[in-house]
Amino acid sequence: MARRATPEVNAGSMADIAFLLLIFFLVTTTIEKDKGIARQLPPNEDVVDPPVIKQKNLFIVNVNKNDQLLVEDDLMELKDLRQAAIEFLDNGGAAKGSPEYCAHCKGKRSPDSSDNPDKAVISVQNDRLTSYKMYIAVQNELVAAYNFLRDRESQRLYGWKFTEVKKAIDEGNYSGNEEAAQAKLENIQKLFPLKLSEAEPKKTGQ
Amino acid sequence: MSKFTKKKSGELPPVNTASLPDIVFMLLFFFMVVTVLRNNNLLVKNELPKADQVEKLKKDRSVYIFAGKPSARYADKYGKEGKIQIGDKYTDVSNVKFALTEARQKLLPELQDKVMVALKVDKETNTGLVTDIKQELRDLNMLKLIYIAAPGTEIGK
Repeated sequence: MARRATPEVNAGSMADIAFLLLIFFLVTTTIEKDKGIARQLPPNEDVVDPPVIKQKNLFIVNVNKNDQLLVEDDLMELKDLRQAAIEFLDNGGAAKGSPEYCAHCKGKRSPDSSDNPDKAVISVQNDRLTSYKMYIAVQNELVAAYNFLRDRESQRLYGWKFTEVKKAIDEGNYSGNEEAAQAKLENIQKLFPLKLSEAEPKKTGQ
Repeated sequence: MSKFTKKKSGELPPVNTASLPDIVFMLLFFFMVVTVLRNNNLLVKNELPKADQVEKLKKDRSVYIFAGKPSARYADKYGKEGKIQIGDKYTDVSNVKFALTEARQKLLPELQDKVMVALKVDKETNTGLVTDIKQELRDLNMLKLIYIAAPGTEIGK
């Protein structure tokens, strides 16, 4: 009697199964790349002698619980905030010849606005019921104002953009002398130091 | 004799596809290894606000804090008030310090003093909750933080 040969299992569909699995993993997994606005908190110490800031060197941004903006006692749209902040920081109101004179400022030099970028402080006051979305949008616009001015200065002094070089260094693909560039970045940061203060939020309810 | 005449000449032999599964499996394993599944089970709604002036987060030295409304399946149990999540459980504001210290311990020892706190907060949350977290961070002396945001801008919608 002839033995019947066992039929071979058809492995042709193996590839399909594997493809299905492959596609499943491709779709479900996300390679997370988190980016965000970095911030340094002030240390938790009681300041014994808080420095007095002149009213003209203070740019007050107030956000109420309905996400409305009050900038320097005027109602403002979010889209105008960036320009207003740039004008304030870049004003350079100190008189020529005085030690506070800002040589790199290109603003209106109005004596009623900030003396120089080093003195200028932006103060953000939130309500506890302000939405986080608005809070981040405001912070984003203010950082954008600083970045705009830093870009302008680095363009003038070194011929490249501050934000682009900083990004390249962060991502580790800067071609060139990284330390020299780092020193230049710090120099630019000194010209326009980030002075954002946050006041204790007001409570209007829970 | 017939042994030698069997071969048909002139016809192309079919391409052997037997190794196709192996190739696909290799790809599959590659993707399984390189992709990281979300290691935090999200208990809160987490729709990030949009921002474009962003910096990259250094993952090896960061501790995550999530905040927002409890997600839909926990809403009955925990209500609709904003909640904080650290690790994979809800944390009270008063308990943030403890949870953060614990989370920091899991980092590499040489990076523990360079720790950066990544705040992933839902855009509908009240800022008050974020302020509370920040106050706790200041008490803990973990002063570097980063507000994680999605690419884009909130203006012009």
